[in-house]
Amino acid sequence: MDADNTASPLNRTPLHALHLARGGKMVPFAGYEMPVQYPTGVLKEHLHTRASAGLFDVSHMGQIVLRPKSGKVGDAALALERLVPQDIVAVPQGRQRYAQFTNTAGGILDDLMVANFGDHLFLVVNAACKAGDEALLRKELAGDCVIEVLADRALLALQGPKAVEALGRLAPGISAMRFMDAGPREVMGLNCFVSRSGYTGEDGFEISVPAADAEALAAALLADPAVAPIGLGARDSLRLEAGLCLYGHDIDAATTPVEGDLVWSIQKSRRNGGARAGGFPGADAILSQIDGGASRKRVGLRPEGRAPVRDGATLYAHTDAKEPIGTVTSGGFGPSLNAPIAMGYLPISHAAAGTRVFAEVRGQRLPMTVTALPFVPHSYQR
Amino acid sequence: MPVLYTADHEWLRIDGDVATIGITDYAQSQLGDVVFVELPKLGRQLKKAEAAAVVESVKAASDVYAPIGGEVIEVNDAVTGDPTLVNSDAADKAWLFKVKIADKDELTGLMDAAAYEKHTA
Repeated sequence: MDADNTASPLNRTPLHALHLARGGKMVPFAGYEMPVQYPTGVLKEHLHTRASAGLFDVSHMGQIVLRPKSGKVGDAALALERLVPQDIVAVPQGRQRYAQFTNTAGGILDDLMVANFGDHLFLVVNAACKAGDEALLRKELAGDCVIEVLADRALLALQGPKAVEALGRLAPGISAMRFMDAGPREVMGLNCFVSRSGYTGEDGFEISVPAADAEALAAALLADPAVAPIGLGARDSLRLEAGLCLYGHDIDAATTPVEGDLVWSIQKSRRNGGARAGGFPGADAILSQIDGGASRKRVGLRPEGRAPVRDGATLYAHTDAKEPIGTVTSGGFGPSLNAPIAMGYLPISHAAAGTRVFAEVRGQRLPMTVTALPFVPHSYQR
Repeated sequence: MPVLYTADHEWLRIDGDVATIGITDYAQSQLGDVVFVELPKLGRQLKKAEAAAVVESVKAASDVYAPIGGEVIEVNDAVTGDPTLVNSDAADKAWLFKVKIADKDELTGLMDAAAYEKHTA
């Protein structure tokens, strides 16, 4: 058995005491001390989220406001379009959109959510990238926007088929929100920012709440018997079943949105021939890949046996092939499927669903089948 | 029969020149829900401390190291068929494999129950 006892000073979220009180097993993650699981365990936490509702602490993620100096939110949107390949101008007030910060080679610096709050934009970025994202925004957008990092807010995700009922008790009318609606809402009388979104493939909400009120809100949600606290372990298996990317694994600075199979997230207005084509870092590389295709792409992979194939495993075209053709970037066990699942990168020649490839695991070549994503259908309330 | 323990959280039950090997209840509690177990092939000659088996939870794969050298003479197919046995009964029904001990001197340095309890405290 391996043990990792690396000690370093870690940040804590406003729900730290609640995690400890609930028996959360705390681990270091992106510079924070976070619960990987509770006494219930990853399997049951995962299944509970799919069947009922799970409460996740995602306060380690970055919350950033872009306030246009002109007072017009469209100017903040235009400015942000210099850093992302998405159409931000077209995001209406009260809606949010998935986006990526790109580098000059077309690689992904981070993936994020961008919401239009009427007079400003509200961004949610990955914990591990938030310092870099803030520096990028300050360097590139300071002329157009005031950039505020909301360090005094927690972020909760409530996910699963019973999330709408549970949140509705504390925020009447919340069920009127549709998937990817986002905006300021009162929850329990608190000044929250709520979006109907998440990262599990389930219906649900993300709730930004003032840090001082986070524990009271979490406790009120957990008082509902339908709601259980869920750790990072199940968050990872849920998002993998939903075919969603984990930044730093499935996408990173060396993968483009096209290779990452995220072309759907790049609107026509930013592509060649669009009204505001290009104008973001790496546009040449990304737009030519959209038109001409990338040489590799992210795919879903189902091991044929029971052995999980983990992140980093090398992929081969045959059992006796010498040259690898790809790599697994996320892999583990899908509790809802009761089977191992993975995602990875393969050349286009081997990326069609149904293609058989082989992963090297402990000196053996294990067969896997390229499978359409998501593994578990999304149940978003559009 | 005496049960001995390693610092890596394996247990061995010694019966004559045969050692039955598993992982401890402490180890399974640290791993969480076990979803896959891979055992060594029958007849494999294990050296002490080499990776002999793998126990995987939803999150991670953990090697089980041979706490003693010798030939693998039996493996527990019940545990590969139902990996959750490791969580429910790590110390008994979820034994992993049996080794014909090559050299009993390799048992020196292993912990007894009291020493192992201190090790995990």
